[in-house]
Amino acid sequence: MAATRPPVLPEHLRSEFEELVSHYPERKAALIPALHRCQEELGGWLSPDTLEACADFFGLEPVEVFGVASFYPMFQLRPRGRHMVSVCHNISCALRGAEEVLEKACEVTGSPAGGISEDGRFSVQRVECQGACASAPMFDLDGVYHENLTLDDVERILREVK
Amino acid sequence: MKSPELYLLSRTNRPDSHTLDVFRRHEGYQALERVLKGGFSPQEVIGMVKDSGLRGRGGAGFPTGLKWSFMPDPEKDPRPRYLAVNADESEPGTCKDRVLLEKDPHGLIEGILIACYAMQVKTAYVYVRGEYRLPHDRVAKALAEARAAGWVGENILDSDFSCEICGEETGLMESLEGKRGHPRPKPPFPAGFGLWGQPTTVNNVETLHNVPFIILRGAEWYRSMGTEKSPGNILVGISGHVERPGVYEVPLGTSAQKILEDHAGGVWKGRKLKAWIPGGSSTGFLPGSQIGLSMDHDSLKEAGSMLGTAAMIMLDETACVVRAMQVMARFYDHESCGQCSQCREGTEWLSQIFRRIECGDGRVEDIDLLTSLANGMAPGKTICALADAAAIPTHSVVRHFRAELEAHVEQGRCPYLSNDQPSQATVGAHA
Ligand SMILES: Cc1cc2nc3c(=O)[nH]c(=O)nc-3n(C[C@H](O)[C@H](O)[C@H](O)COP(=O)(O)O)c2cc1C
Ligand code: SF4
Ligand code: FES
Repeated sequence: MAATRPPVLPEHLRSEFEELVSHYPERKAALIPALHRCQEELGGWLSPDTLEACADFFGLEPVEVFGVASFYPMFQLRPRGRHMVSVCHNISCALRGAEEVLEKACEVTGSPAGGISEDGRFSVQRVECQGACASAPMFDLDGVYHENLTLDDVERILREVK
Repeated sequence: MKSPELYLLSRTNRPDSHTLDVFRRHEGYQALERVLKGGFSPQEVIGMVKDSGLRGRGGAGFPTGLKWSFMPDPEKDPRPRYLAVNADESEPGTCKDRVLLEKDPHGLIEGILIACYAMQVKTAYVYVRGEYRLPHDRVAKALAEARAAGWVGENILDSDFSCEICGEETGLMESLEGKRGHPRPKPPFPAGFGLWGQPTTVNNVETLHNVPFIILRGAEWYRSMGTEKSPGNILVGISGHVERPGVYEVPLGTSAQKILEDHAGGVWKGRKLKAWIPGGSSTGFLPGSQIGLSMDHDSLKEAGSMLGTAAMIMLDETACVVRAMQVMARFYDHESCGQCSQCREGTEWLSQIFRRIECGDGRVEDIDLLTSLANGMAPGKTICALADAAAIPTHSVVRHFRAELEAHVEQGRCPYLSNDQPSQATVGAHA
């Protein structure tokens, strides 16, 4: 069998990460910000190839990189819909209808909680406190907070997504 | 009675409060100027912060000046040293630092610079939680503005003081170093062995926001607000079943009832208060009858609770405390990093037991089991305080709402749920 070369990060990310690494006394301190950028640039999730390429770049074992990536809920290790709806289900949101918001979001998008819609457009997930407790209930849609949600808001906001 | 002076939120309602321009027009960077041009020594700055009585706003309430004085003398310990700024707001119910990060990022930068001057630190890292995109962008933009204007970098205001601040989107300490976010045992304490094994101080965002005001207006002014042992103002985030949830600035020692009624407009829908949490989910429940308590460290401690992050969470008379606790227990189970067996097992058990009691499958023995599990998660038995953070609310439910637990067990169902509702419905009806 021919030796397979590890997957390589795209050039623009490599140069960006070289810059990032220079801010720290240790190279691997830049791993988490780098994983964030990979997720943004490379299809919204961290594929096994991406993790391996990061391991190679940072001089780490792939299992170490996987360990870090799997620790933080903000990293997606499975393919996901093009739009991510993250509904907070923690206490302050729960007191103001988070479960109904979640149910509505699933209904409008066709994605089950923790899954992906059949057309691949949406993923809906439960998340812990997002620091928007005094404007509950809330969800994060593709990195933007939507707060003080009514069920009508949920429907309108998600139907307007292109 | 005159209304209390506001300073923490004095800029936040102004248009473009996050810009250098607006900041400069409202006292911005004047405290730093005074420190650097007024010949204050680092020890004098620490002395002022000590005299002010400022206590950390991250949850533990540790005196800030004292914490700063633990940093080793750079003459004797020349290793690089760091300030790590905790902008990882994650205690459920807590949403106050986000306001400061979004609306007054330069106020934080000024606080950081003065702290770094006092502790003779040349590099600070601001750890902003990954979900806080807008706050992160605002801090990054403010840093760029401050750097361009010479407030951050080499020889600030032509003094000998140089300071770099990095705004990072990443978990504190361990994760700042790129490892999994595993809390480390203490000791060693971070003052001697923090980031990359170097002397490090960790401070909360709101704590640092207080500092420039103390420098500008003096320790005596600071002590004129709040209580003797908890001086100054604090940001209270009030959420749950109230008419006007929000983040409000009040002097420490203000009664919780006043905050509920005057600021938050009272319990919503004209209902009565059943239970409340004073300082984030880890501080546990108090009965509604104790709403007269003062919001300061000592008063709440005497009542068997804690000020924590001053994140008040309110439950009206129709809410189910067991279901609320089930939501919180699920969170601690989810957050446990699993290094300590008492915490890994304990949080999982607590979550399961509260769940089965809420679903009507609980047994009478479960109530004492909750207590004994929580006892096994007391401080000192685990590496970090997360296990205790799950134990405290558990104890509070057994202590103050035992009858409610028993009613669930006896009736084999949640008494606050009508028959046609699924048992996983939410804690409160949607408005
Ligand atoms: C379970 C737990 C949750 C915490 N949550 C926060 C938080 O959300 N924000 C914060 O700044 N500190 C939090 N802390 C406290 C920090 O660990 C740290 O003590 C604090 O940032 C110190 O800064 P201060 O002295 O300025 O308050 C938490 C601690 C524990 C054990
Ligand atoms: S107490 Fe819990 S969260 Fe803290 S280190 Fe131990 S297992 Fe991890
Ligand atoms: S509990 Fe939902 S944002 Fe805090």
